[in-house]
Amino acid sequence: MTFASEDPFLSNRLADAVAEAGQPLSREQVAEIISEIVGTMEGDITALDLKVYQELQSLAGYIEAARAEIASIRPSELRDEYISSATDELDAVVDATEDATGRILDAAEQIQTIAEDVAEPAQTKLIELVTGIFEASNFQDITGQRISKVVRALKHIESKIGVLVSALGEEVQRAREQAADSSGETAAKQNDKELLNGPQMPDNAIDQDEIDRLMESFD
Amino acid sequence: MAVDMSMPILIVDDYKTMLRIIRNLLKQLGFENVDDASDGSSALQKLREKEYGLVISDWNMEPMTGLQLLREVRADKSMQDVPFIMVTAESKKENVIAARQAGVNNYIVKPFNAATLKQKIASVLGNF
Repeated sequence: MTFASEDPFLSNRLADAVAEAGQPLSREQVAEIISEIVGTMEGDITALDLKVYQELQSLAGYIEAARAEIASIRPSELRDEYISSATDELDAVVDATEDATGRILDAAEQIQTIAEDVAEPAQTKLIELVTGIFEASNFQDITGQRISKVVRALKHIESKIGVLVSALGEEVQRAREQAADSSGETAAKQNDKELLNGPQMPDNAIDQDEIDRLMESFD
Repeated sequence: MAVDMSMPILIVDDYKTMLRIIRNLLKQLGFENVDDASDGSSALQKLREKEYGLVISDWNMEPMTGLQLLREVRADKSMQDVPFIMVTAESKKENVIAARQAGVNNYIVKPFNAATLKQKIASVLGNF
């Protein structure tokens, strides 16, 4: 009853009610008195208004915490580095499989041409094998279409993250600056795990000749 | 009636690899007079310039899809009777129904094999 004891009006009102009832008040009676008093507060604030206000305040706190959480996962980094890189990698997979399939078909077509001049039963066997290669090469079309679907999904996510980044502007920038500060501390701890990036995109990679030259430069 | 193995066939697909595969499989089946197009609109152009005995088309292409091509073909009196086989990765029931309603003669789902291609062509043109 700290609140009641700090508020003389409420205190007096409760005392009067107890005196009138001739016994301690029930929880419901106390709630009713508080509700009446709240209803008479300055302005036209009612108990319902207060409840709505409290709910809104709680909701605002929740949204603020969510914004901070989202900013801390650095959505701009997800968009600019990871998703962008993932779509490039997938495009590279499609190109590489298309190129490889093209070369497999080149070889199969040459075998087919050679087979036309080969005596039976070798000719039939060779044609069967080449047919198997043509049939198996179907995979490239299907794989390409499936990967294209994934790329479309990633690009959709990328655009949604872009909207999120715009909405969170300042928070995202702060999170980014904090991350930049901490990365300076960890740079010195780089180990071989951080050097493992898998196959590189053609623009980022160096070819075997360049590697050989680089190796020789250490001799 | 015997199938004319020298009749021109138009194959349509936006994947060069798939065009090569179909062309080679057709060659093995005995069809060597094969033209190709990389989308519906260029296929339509070729169909207006030359009389084909069969069209084998992919569905998912831009700017004109295989289904749009099929509808254009069926709406044009000069080519509306050309046999048309759809070869596509679109394998939902509604796709097959839509293609059938548009007038497709047969429907092959990718990936496919030489035996399936032969069987579907035979169902459209007759045994060969």
